[in-house]
Amino acid sequence: MLSNAQLLQLAIATPLGAALIIACGLPKRFSTKLAAAAFTAPLLIALWLWSQFPAENAHQYAYLSTTYTGLAAFGISLKLGLNGIALPMFLLAAIVGLAAGLYALRSGAERLKLYLVLLLVMHGGLLGVFASVDIFFFYFFHELALIPTFIMVGIWGGRDRNYAAMKLTIYLTAGAMLSLLGLIALYVKSGANSFDLIELKDAVAAQALAGHTQNWIGGLLLLGFGTLVSLWPLHTWAPLGYGAAPSSAAMLHAGVLKKFGLYGLIQIAIPLIPLGLQHWAWKLALLAGIGNVLVVGFVTMAQRDLKQMLGYSSVMHMGYCFLGIAALSTIGTGGVVLLMVAHGLSVALLFLLATSIHHRTHTFDLSEMGGLAQKTPVLAAFFVAATMAGIGLPGFANFWGELTVFVALWKFSHALTAVAVAGVIISAVYGLRAAARVFFGPASEQLQRVTAQHPPADLDWKEKLPALILLAALLLFGFYPKAISQPVDQALNPAPVTLTAPAR
Amino acid sequence: MSTELLKAVAASNEWWALGPEIILACAALGLLVLELATPKAQHRFIPHAAGMALAVVLVGVAFNFGKIWDGEELFGGLIRLSLPGQVARVFFLLSSLLVCFLATVCLPRARVPRVEFYHLLLVVTAALMLLAQSNHFVMFFVALETVTIGFYILVSYYRERASSLEAGLKYLVLGALSSAILLFGIVLLYGAVGRVEAGGVVHTGFEFGTVLTFLRENPGNFLATAGALLVIGGVAFKIGAFPFQIWVPDVYQGAPTPVTAFLAVSSKAAGFAVLLLLVHGAFAPLAGVLVPVLSLLAAATILFGNLSALTQRNTKRLMGLSGVAHAGYLLIGVVASFTVPWAAGAVWFYLFTYLLASMAVFGVMAYVAGPDDIGEELDHYARLARERPFLGAVLAVGVGSLAGIPPLAGFMGKLLLFLAAFHAQLYGLLAVAIVGVVISIFYYFGWIKAAWFESWTPPAAGTDSPARPLPAGPKWVGVAALALLTFATVLLGFFQAPLSGWLLPR
Repeated sequence: MLSNAQLLQLAIATPLGAALIIACGLPKRFSTKLAAAAFTAPLLIALWLWSQFPAENAHQYAYLSTTYTGLAAFGISLKLGLNGIALPMFLLAAIVGLAAGLYALRSGAERLKLYLVLLLVMHGGLLGVFASVDIFFFYFFHELALIPTFIMVGIWGGRDRNYAAMKLTIYLTAGAMLSLLGLIALYVKSGANSFDLIELKDAVAAQALAGHTQNWIGGLLLLGFGTLVSLWPLHTWAPLGYGAAPSSAAMLHAGVLKKFGLYGLIQIAIPLIPLGLQHWAWKLALLAGIGNVLVVGFVTMAQRDLKQMLGYSSVMHMGYCFLGIAALSTIGTGGVVLLMVAHGLSVALLFLLATSIHHRTHTFDLSEMGGLAQKTPVLAAFFVAATMAGIGLPGFANFWGELTVFVALWKFSHALTAVAVAGVIISAVYGLRAAARVFFGPASEQLQRVTAQHPPADLDWKEKLPALILLAALLLFGFYPKAISQPVDQALNPAPVTLTAPAR
Repeated sequence: MSTELLKAVAASNEWWALGPEIILACAALGLLVLELATPKAQHRFIPHAAGMALAVVLVGVAFNFGKIWDGEELFGGLIRLSLPGQVARVFFLLSSLLVCFLATVCLPRARVPRVEFYHLLLVVTAALMLLAQSNHFVMFFVALETVTIGFYILVSYYRERASSLEAGLKYLVLGALSSAILLFGIVLLYGAVGRVEAGGVVHTGFEFGTVLTFLRENPGNFLATAGALLVIGGVAFKIGAFPFQIWVPDVYQGAPTPVTAFLAVSSKAAGFAVLLLLVHGAFAPLAGVLVPVLSLLAAATILFGNLSALTQRNTKRLMGLSGVAHAGYLLIGVVASFTVPWAAGAVWFYLFTYLLASMAVFGVMAYVAGPDDIGEELDHYARLARERPFLGAVLAVGVGSLAGIPPLAGFMGKLLLFLAAFHAQLYGLLAVAIVGVVISIFYYFGWIKAAWFESWTPPAAGTDSPARPLPAGPKWVGVAALALLTFATVLLGFFQAPLSGWLLPR
């Protein structure tokens, strides 16, 4: 019987191994079956690990395992494990990965095998990101997941796919390089000469980094991670990229991969360089509050293209996450983790439904739609539910995330809290307006022509299943947020976010 | 010959220590004999014989890797055995073996005599191996000239083509200039050091050890410093570092593809082997002068290489100019190695990853090129991934590794260099390198884009250019070689133990 640490390794290895087997030339009918199994296995393992997660852990981490890759002398080794913050994110990656995979299996994309291979690599990379204790491999797995995104946008993308793929690649590579520099700076300046997060934390606990060092490392990390998470004004790749990306790639990227930067800030920056973050907190909060929430919020309202709108709205919601981090408090950090999970689920669901809508209307243009609810009531119900979740209605997981972030923000700045709450109204306006345009009111002439040619069918089971998985998770965490908040609380409370000056 | 002399020769291990080079030289002559002795129908096996010779020597060196007499000087101080020297031997043998493979793909398409190519290849390989182990400026210069003259011939090997001859001429003129600079530097050093008598033995300024002692005792000597800088300038020509990179694009484009690969990999690596040898040996006391000079060189090389590669559409020029940028990253490693000892190992690690990736890309280029390998444009790669998915995948991995994208080996090479630079506190150079890497993503990505994303563009109807024939698929040797290179590039991305064990001992 495998130990839990080995199960964790297996969860990451399964999609990657399946990708390798399919790439080596497995026939198509076996490939789809193998892919389905490889998308499912990590979720089962993640659920098992979640149920087994112990209340007390040495170093806060459970399921630790170390594999040497030949650079142990440089403090680089594949160290896997989960703590209370990583566990919900790991679960998120497994859930969204399964949904995206199931949706891809039924998509009937051209060159389906290559599509599945890339998606499996991405899935494996995402699981690896959140299971890595070694921050080198944390970065490594992120890139492993990122590269397939570029290729998927380039090959299966919608309009402007070449430009979008190029822009995505350059922005995200630049952001990743900057954050890598920040991580190397931590490696060298902490004196740990190791990328092992536990050793780094020990080194910083013994001798905190000097104030100005924390400041510039914090700046590097915020700039790098900020680009990856689409902090205003470095967000322009996101709507373009998501607009062009094929549905499953958009689901995984917007839902999970984009959280990498936030997760890095919470897991690495807050414990290691709290003063550096404090130095930048107000600048970050202003950029996120005014830029991401207000400016991008208004831009979102003006969108006429459904997928672009979703892209902008995900940029806007990242603003809340940044605000929660800028608040630099335990409750703010916990709220961001909740919000990351909730937003990941809801945005993935929205991208999935947007593509399903496109299959029926053959357009993403909001002004050319209307009245779809009569023909596809189940699709309409799902979409309205996902929109409500995105707005943050009680009952959905997003509500708890936003609420805790607002509470934390109130202590930080009253004005910014007001801005953030105004953002909720903005997101209600564009969300509900989009739902109304697509599903209610009279159908446009063009849509009537299209529907006359291809009578729209309601969601079939193969589409319903991934959507149901996501919606169920949203509701589960909405009614039982303790599932996430308890491990997060356990990870944050023994080492609350403190802002004491280091002894020099 | 008297029996005493034979006994003395047999008793000393000096000749055994040079066994690999001697075997290669004999094999090179053997190839010519084979051509005379065998009927013409059997000549097609001569390339295989050359490849076999290289492979046998490679295996021999690899198996005796730990059994060298580290630090021992041979032939009165002409050669010094060392661990980096062994690493260099393995590197050059591996590179030549792959060049040999490329030549079997490319040469049959042109009507040129073939045997001489392999003969020269073996001779140049032996000279490269001696160069990396030299301990004496005369040995150094003779080995370097053997390499350079071999390259003059190889670059203009397609002697019926104007472009190949033009490239050969350019390489000849500029190479002669660089040799002159190098020689002038050696002479200045010789003049400054003079003759030193110690314990009844006369030492001259040709010996690395004597130069080291002299520089240590006379740190401010202008003549010697100028000489050292001129020698570095001559080496910078080999590396293709700014401002000695002028020859790179034209020569790379005009030379036959296998020779381009040989230049890009072995010649560049030889420059770095020598540079590391000199800055940590004879020129070590000049660190105060060399660090700023090399730093400036590195920054200018990175920026020049990446910016000039940005608009290239010709793949060979692109490889040349991006190779200039790689030389810049490697120079950062050299600068860092002044304060961080393991940075030299990181430079070698990078060179090995560069070898694997470059050879994979050149391999794909050799198959895509067809008979005219000068005018190979990025546009010719359209639909490659669709029609030859294997070549497309190899290209993507190779180019991705050159761009330094994880999880490929090239990323680990860059990471180790950056780590070394960070330890050495070279923040300015790091910033330049990051800018360079981001720029390089653009053109490398353009190449992958051409091969993978343009696959649905239908060929424009009505254009006067005739449809390019489908590139020939590789035979099983080609498949095996390219698959091995690709596999190694991916494997080293996350499992570095095979290389780190002997390059980065700590």
